Parts: sequence; C-alpha cells; structure tokens
Amino acid sequence: MMRFLLLFSRQGKLRLQKWFTPIPEREKKKIIRDMTTMVLARQPRSCNFLHWKDLKIIYKRYASLYFCLAIENQENELLALEVIHRYVELLDKYFGNVCELDIIFNFEKAYFILDEFLLGGEIQETSKQIVNRCIESSDMLQEYYCEGETDFPGTWRKYHGGVYEQTCILTCGLKGIEITAGEEYRSRMYCI
Amino acid sequence: MSDVVEKTLTALPSLLSLDSQPGSAKLSSTSKLGNLIRGITELTSKHEEEKLIQRELSAIKEQVSSPNTTMRQMKELMVRTIYCEMLGYEASFSYIHAIKLAQQGTVLEKRVGYLAVSLFLNENHELLLLLVNTVLKDLQSTNLIEVCMALTVVSQMFPKDMIPAILPLVEEKLNHPKEIIRRKAVLALYKFYLIAPNQVQHIHNKFRKALCDKDPGVMTASLHIYLQMIQENPEGYKDLTASFVAILKQVVGGKLPMDFNYHSVPAPWLQIQLLRILSFLGKNDQSTSEIMHEVLDESLRRAEMNHNITYAILYECVKCIYTIHPKSELLEKAAKCIGNFVLSPKINLKYLGLKALTYVVQQDPKLALQHQMTIIECLDHPDLIIKRETLELLFRITNAQNVTVIVEKMLEFLRISKDDHTTIDLVGKVAELAEKYAPDNEWFIETMNTVFSVGGDMMQPDIPNSFLKLLSEGFDSVEEDRKLRLFAVNSYISLLQGEPGKLPQRFLQVISWVLGEYSHLREDLEAAVVQRLLARLLDMKNCSSETKSWVLTAMTKLCEGASGVSVAQQVSETYSSSLDTVLRQRAQELQHLSQDSELRAKALPRGVGLEPVEVDSSLSFLDGFVSEALAAGAAPYKPPHQRQEELAGTKALSLEPYGLSLPISMSSCITDRQSPTLLSMSSGLSGDSTDLSHKGGSAALKLDGVKRVWGREGYLSHKEPVEEPAQVEVPSPVRSPSRQGEADSSHSRTPTLTPTPESDQEKQQLASSLFVGLGSQSSVCLMGKSEQTTQRFRRKAKGHSAASSTSEQMSNSAVSPPSTVDSLLCNNLLDSNITSELAVSSPKRTSQLSQGLAATNGTCDADTELLESDRKESKPAVITDSYVVAADPAPHADPDRPKDLDLSSHLPAELSGLSHSEITHLCTNQNLELSACHVQKEDSLLLIVFISNSSDSAVQQILVQVDSDELEVSCVGDSPVEVRSHSVAVCQYSLSVKRPAVHIELAGMVSYQLPAGSPQSAPFSYKLPLTSFIRPLTVSTEEYGTMWLAFSHDTRQNLTLISDDQEPLTATLNVLKRRLQLHVVEIIGMEGIVACRLLQDQPCLMHCRVHAGTLAVWLRSPVPDLPDCLIYHCQRALQGH
Repeated sequence: MMRFLLLFSRQGKLRLQKWFTPIPEREKKKIIRDMTTMVLARQPRSCNFLHWKDLKIIYKRYASLYFCLAIENQENELLALEVIHRYVELLDKYFGNVCELDIIFNFEKAYFILDEFLLGGEIQETSKQIVNRCIESSDMLQEYYCEGETDFPGTWRKYHGGVYEQTCILTCGLKGIEITAGEEYRSRMYCI
Repeated sequence: MSDVVEKTLTALPSLLSLDSQPGSAKLSSTSKLGNLIRGITELTSKHEEEKLIQRELSAIKEQVSSPNTTMRQMKELMVRTIYCEMLGYEASFSYIHAIKLAQQGTVLEKRVGYLAVSLFLNENHELLLLLVNTVLKDLQSTNLIEVCMALTVVSQMFPKDMIPAILPLVEEKLNHPKEIIRRKAVLALYKFYLIAPNQVQHIHNKFRKALCDKDPGVMTASLHIYLQMIQENPEGYKDLTASFVAILKQVVGGKLPMDFNYHSVPAPWLQIQLLRILSFLGKNDQSTSEIMHEVLDESLRRAEMNHNITYAILYECVKCIYTIHPKSELLEKAAKCIGNFVLSPKINLKYLGLKALTYVVQQDPKLALQHQMTIIECLDHPDLIIKRETLELLFRITNAQNVTVIVEKMLEFLRISKDDHTTIDLVGKVAELAEKYAPDNEWFIETMNTVFSVGGDMMQPDIPNSFLKLLSEGFDSVEEDRKLRLFAVNSYISLLQGEPGKLPQRFLQVISWVLGEYSHLREDLEAAVVQRLLARLLDMKNCSSETKSWVLTAMTKLCEGASGVSVAQQVSETYSSSLDTVLRQRAQELQHLSQDSELRAKALPRGVGLEPVEVDSSLSFLDGFVSEALAAGAAPYKPPHQRQEELAGTKALSLEPYGLSLPISMSSCITDRQSPTLLSMSSGLSGDSTDLSHKGGSAALKLDGVKRVWGREGYLSHKEPVEEPAQVEVPSPVRSPSRQGEADSSHSRTPTLTPTPESDQEKQQLASSLFVGLGSQSSVCLMGKSEQTTQRFRRKAKGHSAASSTSEQMSNSAVSPPSTVDSLLCNNLLDSNITSELAVSSPKRTSQLSQGLAATNGTCDADTELLESDRKESKPAVITDSYVVAADPAPHADPDRPKDLDLSSHLPAELSGLSHSEITHLCTNQNLELSACHVQKEDSLLLIVFISNSSDSAVQQILVQVDSDELEVSCVGDSPVEVRSHSVAVCQYSLSVKRPAVHIELAGMVSYQLPAGSPQSAPFSYKLPLTSFIRPLTVSTEEYGTMWLAFSHDTRQNLTLISDDQEPLTATLNVLKRRLQLHVVEIIGMEGIVACRLLQDQPCLMHCRVHAGTLAVWLRSPVPDLPDCLIYHCQRALQGH
C-alpha cells in the first residue's frame, strides 16, 4: 500500500500532497521537511530508493519537479517508480508537455487526475486510456460551463484534433443538449 | 440514437472528473488564485509570505462566513484555501464550509467540496461525522457522478464507527451495472476491511463475486482484499489457487484488452498482485506450490523486454519462486535472473538484485559466492543506500569466521550514517552478531564499546540489558567469566580516565553498573579511585538524572576504605537535598550503607549476580503498621490502576511504575501492590500479603524476556576451536568436491576475477575474508541464521549439554529441504511424478481452459461439475471474448460439505455423540487424501485424522506423524498401517497444551507406500484455536481468592460491553461463557469473577469490572502467555457477537 505522495520543486516548495493514511498535521509537516531534505540531498547517479523509518521512499525527478512516493516495506520498488511515471504520463497527456507551472496553477486538476488513478493508497485504474477519457471529457464539460468566456484556453485547442467529438456528445447528451459535431458545439459555446 | 446512448454509457467514467474551475488554464492571468500565486512568487522573504497569506486567509474567512456568498464563489474560495493549507498555513475555519460545499453544491461544486474535505480532514476528525449524511444521500443518488464521488471519499477516509450506516448501500453497489461503480465499491470495502475487518466479515462471499466479475478492473480491485486476507490466513483460501493461476496465465498470455497494457506489458500491476498472492498461498505447501510452477515459469519467460516494468515483474516472480515450495528447475532460472539484476549497470536494478540476494541467501548461499565481486563493489559504492543494502546482505551470511570483517564494515558505515532509524537498526545487528560470533573477549568488549558509543541513546534498550545480563550470568568456565569481566573493567576505567563527557548516557549507565559489580576483580585498583572516577561523572553537565542514579548505586557498592567512604559522604551530601526523589533516595542509601559496612554486605552481597533474592513483595511485615493506620481512620489502599481509572477516566497511562532501566535492588521498597479491587474489598488489608510471586519483587536485574543470543555456543567456538570443523563437515556429499576446491585457495574460488591491478587484489583479499566459511561451511549454519531457527536452537541448547548441539544441527539440516541431498532427491522424484501426472491430465485441462475455466488439481472432475451447475444457477463467471475469467471453484463450503458428511460417519462410535469441528482438508497426495477435525471431550481434546484412499490398490506402511511446538501430542489407540482401496482409516491423537498461543498449529507428515512404488510422503498442517482447549473451572469465591494471589502472569485490557436488554455485565459474561466455555463464579454489582482451565489443569482467572462503559478485564494465570491469548479470544468473542 502507498502511504503518501509528495510533489515538490527543486527549491523544496511543496506542490502537491496526498496522504493515504491518517497522519496528524504536525507529523505531516515533519515528513514533508524530512522528505525534501533527504531527496534534495541525493547525488546524481544514485538509486531512486530511500529508507525512512519503516517505509521505503521512491523518488524521481522530472525537470524541476520531484515526485516522492512512500510505500510499505513489502511493496515492489520498481513498480512504485512506474506508478510515478504513469502519473506523470497522465499529467503530460492532460496539460501537454506538462511543466511545474501547470501543476502550480491547476493543482486541483492534478488532484482530480490523481484521485482517478489512485484510491485509498492502491492503484485504482491502470488503464491510461480510461483515465485519459475522464480527463478529456471533463475539459469539455468545463468549457461548456464557462459562460461568458470568450477566449478558449490552450487545452481546448489541444483536443480539437478529434477526440472531443465523442466526449462533447457525451457531456451535452447528459445535459439534454444534443450536439453531434465539434463545430456546432463550439458555436453553442459562444451563445451560452 | 441508441448509438449515442451506448457511447454515453461507455464513457461515463469520464464524468467523474467533471471539472469545476471555469476556464482553468486561464486562471493564471485573471483569477484570484492566479493573483495569489503570482503575489507569492514575487515576495522575497518568508516573513512577507506569512503576512500575505494571513491577509488572504482573513479575507477568505470573511467571505465564507458571509451569507451572500454563493456556492459558486465558495468553490473558488475553497481552492484558494487548499492552496494556503498546502503552503503550511492552517485554515481550520474553512473545514466546516468544505463540508457544506460538498453537501449543498451542484455536482461541480460538490466535487471541489469533497476534494477539500479529503485534503483537510483525516478519518479521526470529528467534523467528518457531519459528512456522513451527505455521503448517504449521494450514495442513493441516481446521478452516477455523485455516487462515484461519494464512493471515492468513502475509500479515502471515513469514520470507523459510522461504517455500519453506509455498509448496506456500498454492498448494494457491488451489483451495479456500471463497472466503475462496482470497482469503487470494492475499493471502499477494501478500505473498510483494513480499518474494521470484523464489520465486513459477513460479506466474504460477495468478495468472491467481485473476484469473478466480468470486468477485469473490478476483479483487480478485489485482489487487494484477497491479498490482505490471504496474508492473514493463507489456509482459508487454498481453494482459490487454481483460479489465481488461471487469471495470471491469461494475463501473461495477453488475453486482456489493450487498455490494460502498460508500455506494451499486459497489466503489470495485476500480475504483481497475483504473484504476491501466490507466494502467500504456496508458502510451505507443496501441493499448492505445484499448481503454480508452470505459470511462474511462463511469467519468467515472457518478461524479457528491457524495461523497468518487466524487471518489476521478474523481481516479484523470483521472490515468489523462492518463497513457495522449491522446484530446482525454477530455482535455477530465478538464480540466473537475480544474476541479471546484480550485474546490471543500472543502479536501481543493482539495488533490487542485492535485495533479492538478501532474500534468497539463506536458502542458497552459493549465489552470494557467485556474486562476491559485485558485492564488494557495492560495499564501496558512493550511494549510502546501496552500501546499506549490501551490509544487510552481509549480515545474513555472517559466521564465526567472517564476523570481524563484516562487523568492521558495519561500524564503518555507522560512523558516517546520519539517519537515526538506520543507526538503531544497524546497531542492533552489530550487537547481535557480536554476541553470537565473538571470536574473543577483547574483540567483544571493544565492539560493544563502539556499539554503545555510536548507538548512543537511540538504540534499543534491550542491547545494554542483554549485554549486562551476559556479563553477570557468565558461562561455563569461571575463569573465562573473570577474564571477560576484568577486560570490561579495564576498558571502562581507561574510558573514564579519558573524556567521559562524550559518551552517551546509556553507555555511562552500563559502565557504572559494571564498575560497581566487578571493579573489585582488578586487584591493583583501589575502590576509591573508581569512586572518584564515578563521582566525576556526577559533575558533568549533560549527565541525566537516570544516569546519576545508576552512578550512585554503583558507588554504594564500592564504599570500601576510608577514602572511599569520604568520597561517598561528600557525594551523598550533595544529592540528599536533590529535587529528584529517586536521586535523593539513592543518596540516602549511599549515605547509610557507606557508614554501615555490615548492612551493606547484607543488602548488596558481592558476586551473587543473578541469584534471585527472596523478597517479601507484599510487605507483610508492614501489616501491623497498616492496620494501626486504618484504625486511625486512614483511607484503605487502592491499587494504582484503580486510582488511575478513577482519576483519569479513559486516559491510558503506563501502569508499570519503573521500567527495566532501574539499576538493581531497592525496587522492593517502591513496588506497587497488585490486587484486584474485588479482593481488596472482600479480604481486607491482609489479603494480598501472600502475593509472593509479584513480578516487581525480585531484586535481580529484571531481564526476563530479554533475548539472550550469545549463549554457550558462541563462546565454545572460541574455547574449543577443535570442535568447529567437526560441526562444519555436516553432510552433503554432492557439494563437497566443489567446496573442497573452494577451501583450497581463495583465488581459484572465483573464476570471474582478473587478478591484475592492486585495487583488485585488495578487493580479492576483502572477498576472501568476507566470504570465508560460506562455501566450506554447511548451509545449516546459514539456515540457522534465520531469526526463528536461531532462537529455537539456542533455547534448546541451553538446557542440553554441549554434545547434543551437534545432533540438533543434524536434525535441523534434515528439516531444511533444499540444503540436503536427500530431500533434493526426494524433490526430484516428486517433481517427476507430478510432471507425468500433468502430462496425463493436460488434454482435459486445455479443453477446460478454452472454456475459460480453471481447475488444475487432481480433483478437476468434481470441480468442473460444480462449475457447470454454478453456471446454470448463478450468473456465469464466464466471458465470451478474450476477457479474463476468474473461475471460482464454487463457494467455499460447498465442495467440503458432502465430504464432511461422508467422513464424519467414520468418526469412532464413542466420539460420534460429541461435538466436533468442521472437517478440514489437510493435503492430497496422488490418491491419498488427509482430512482432520478435533473433538472436544470434557477432559481432553482429540485430533482425528482421516486418511482416505481413493485409488484401486491398498496403501501400505502408513505412518502419520504429528508434532507441534505448543502441544503435547500422544497417539490414542492403534494407528492404521494399511488403508484398503476406496476406504477411510482414522487416527486419533490426544492433545494438551505445553505453551499457549492464540492459534495452535500442528505440523505433520504422512508417509506411505504404494504396492508398486517408492515410499511417498507429504507434509500437512492443522490449525486450531486455543479456545478448543478451554474448559470451565468450577471454584468457589474463596478458592478463587487464594488462587488469584498465587498466580503471577497477568494482563489487563478494556473490552466492549454488550448491551442487551438485560444487565450489560451479565449479558457480556454470558456471551463469554457460551462462546469460550468459561465458568462464572460470582457477580456482585458491577464486578464479576470468572474462571476457566486450559487442558489439562492450568487455571486461568478473570476479574471483570464495568467502568466508564467498558469492561475492565484482568486475567491471571500461572501459565505465561495464557492470559494474553485468552484476552484475544474474549475480544473476538465479543466482537463477533
């Protein structure tokens, strides 16, 4: 079982925290401090595993961001490394060339993605396609709701390539609006 | 149109991530969160940040409490609050609003509300109770998104006490048409299982249904639960082995939809989960292991891509292969695999290779030899983590010959390590090795000195304790004892003359104790000199008051001669006015005893060591004083626990007044008087005067239960080196040629070496010193390193003479299957049998597999039948496409029931009237099947073993051996020698408990011979709860009173009361009486006394008192562990009610 996941920057600034078991606030702060100091102090070309109390810490750096996952002792380290990697892949798919800023400004999205991927400290959905579909369609719904917005954010353009067609049917169908083509959808967006 | 509906349904999961933040990516430019974040990045100091956030938080606070704030705005505010909390600023005012948002918002707002709740609160937070209603409502919602959100939050956190409220709704979701809902429901149940296993006990059959779900995702989710349950009780799920194997086979074979691939490896998470389950199932179980051999082989073969994820699978595979019953062919492949890890240039893989080696080296020491050069390289690796892991490996291969080198390496690491946890762990290991394998006194004392100074005050307290115990107990030879102690004294004197200020407190305590006890051994040393050295310690600033009291006690022992006394006087004067009561006490003792040498000789006799001193712990000599005081109107004595209960209510405090750290003696003065409240009421003040066995009473070092590892053997190796080789040369003729080769020269041993540069030669030297004794020593010694065997081994050896230890080693070697030739041969024989058997049954199996069903063991016919009927009745667990199928071989009890009926008719006539446990299957070996049950008689417990022969020929020379560490087993009546074809024979054994345990496990071995064939054997095990050995004990209240005082082992705990319509105490005791066969002696008001006995005649008494809504239970018995085990069963009985 996983115990917690922390994302922090090279400067040790926390970007995301997820605790899978109940831990008192004070302890959390101590853990965050310990993790950042331990992980940031690692030399390059060292292995990605650490020991901390009775837990194993698996960390990996992606650009300026460190992902740090604590697992119980009997778990598989390499697999945990792949959990991190899959999460990054999911973020990347969503934000497109994800960078630290994306996660800073949209941290709640990062949480939503995480909640679809992991649940209660265990892997919930390993299929990238399914998690992805969730994320993509949520984007659609979000656009649908942004009344009065005249400028489309980057994500919209990114998914203009065809995927959204199905998803917009989906979300609109749910709301009782039948739209079948992307163009139409877009025009309605303007009218709302 | 239907097409649209179809699409809508398939993509419903997506709606889960409905988003809430309008124009999220635009946030950066316009939103308030964006402003906040940018504001923070522009700041230069922490102080400014603090100010900004506080301002932000107070603005948020104002807005959230305003009645005009819409839910939409609330959602935005919540996001900002989450951000502030992440920065480490508390915003507890917003928690209640987060709950409100989850309650009242629309779907999108709700989502943020739930997210905020899950980030802000944990499952112990009281506000969470307010969420229960919202969750209930959402679970019943027709909107799938709401249901999903509710299930998500439930699996993340939910108050334990409220589980019953939502459990039925979650259970219902297991039948939901959407797989995503089913999957989340299963995960929610998994969460419940983890935090409150007894709450979900009744729905185990639903777990099975989830395992057979047609959606692989739901099935995968259910494996989390199964892994957990199987880990706790592998015996209960053996029947599922074939199903798990079938699933794994299909996954490995690529039968899953592409969705489940990860970098083109099929469902790696699922594979690893299954491998872990299989290793639990196959552990120590040959027949189960055989079912999985084939699929493990295939997994190894398929995982060939060079990617982390395949290595993850391989690693798990290797672990599984080494955990289950061994098969030489697989072991070979696994060993090769480990080689690939160890030799990999990738550091992560190297690390795992070392871990794998550590895991297998006990079974296969050759592997460590093979990779010795890599191990040496890792030992010098710049990465401390790798180094640490290497030491772990070396720890496993330590023996008397390489101990000095390995310990040296460990100490080297300790000096540079900064991590407390590592230090504690490693210090413990060094101490263990030192005690076990010390080559001589000097080395031992010096190593322990380093341990104490490096380990400091963090190390486990049992290290100094067992060290002192070792010194004081001594060994066989008086002369050796003296030398060891003298050496310790010398070394400590020189340490104290140096810079004692740098030594940790624990070490100072050890030093002062040793000097107090043994400094007289050094004749040229005056006691006064030691006194002065010790007195210097007292003046040190960092000397804790605990250490000071150790020092004062040591000084008390040393007051000899005029100068010594004057030092003592001086010191005692200083401390007799100390604010610390313990110190003052010690100072008083010092003062009095230093003046009165006669009294001192009596109070602190020299050289008595560990002889227990008779102490009247009940202080009966004070009875007169007490009765006078009572007559004068003093309040009667109340035991500490009662006082505390009255004072603090539920607050749990440590009831042990003084821990192990008390130096020695005098504890009798401050002992607590233990007596149950009932007795202090009924028998008055003199009642507990006879409480002689009170555990705090002994004046000796209280070291009971502290493990002692450096026994006589450790010492023997030093004293009688001649015996060593004799022990070493324990059998294994097959390996001996290679071993001799290894022993001949250390260079020829390692063909991989290229002996050229200097550093290489150094490494080789290191290698030969590290791995010495590995090849030449029998693997028995290595096996002996595993914790359990060592313990057992030592304990036995303590009682016996030294000569018996060799024979024990022999028997030990016979037990460890892979290490001896005989068992290897036997394995091969068995293996070949199995393969031939498999060959016969394979066509049948393939046909079954093609149907998507699985049944691999011998009883496949019956299984198929059951499955077919299953398919007709319930919803079939078969999927037409290429989906995975979890073929459930029928609900758990079903296959057993007809057999049960069948076998119970074979119960001996005189037993048929008595109640017997369910007949459980023990093992199947070809045509022979063993089952067993136990029958409770009034004065004994009988184990009945049924041997059924389903072959066409008679089975001969049957011998069933049953053995257990905890039990006395004796055979009743004649045991059958032959079982005719298609018939059943019965063996009876009478069992009585030697050592109580919560569950008692029997291990057995059946050996037999088929008319045409070689002898066969098969192991089995049987588990029965302690409660089967419990019988009521009928005593009167007076008898109970006297017995209570005589018993020394006790335990206390609070249990839950059962509140029926009747009085709770009576109701609870009745449940216990019914479930556990206890005898209720008497109930007076809020207290009750209960008695029972463990077969044959080991009494256990129980005193219950209703207090603050719980039942305070106190158990006492003359048998150690019995109270603890019984309290466990009481707990279970009450929980299950």
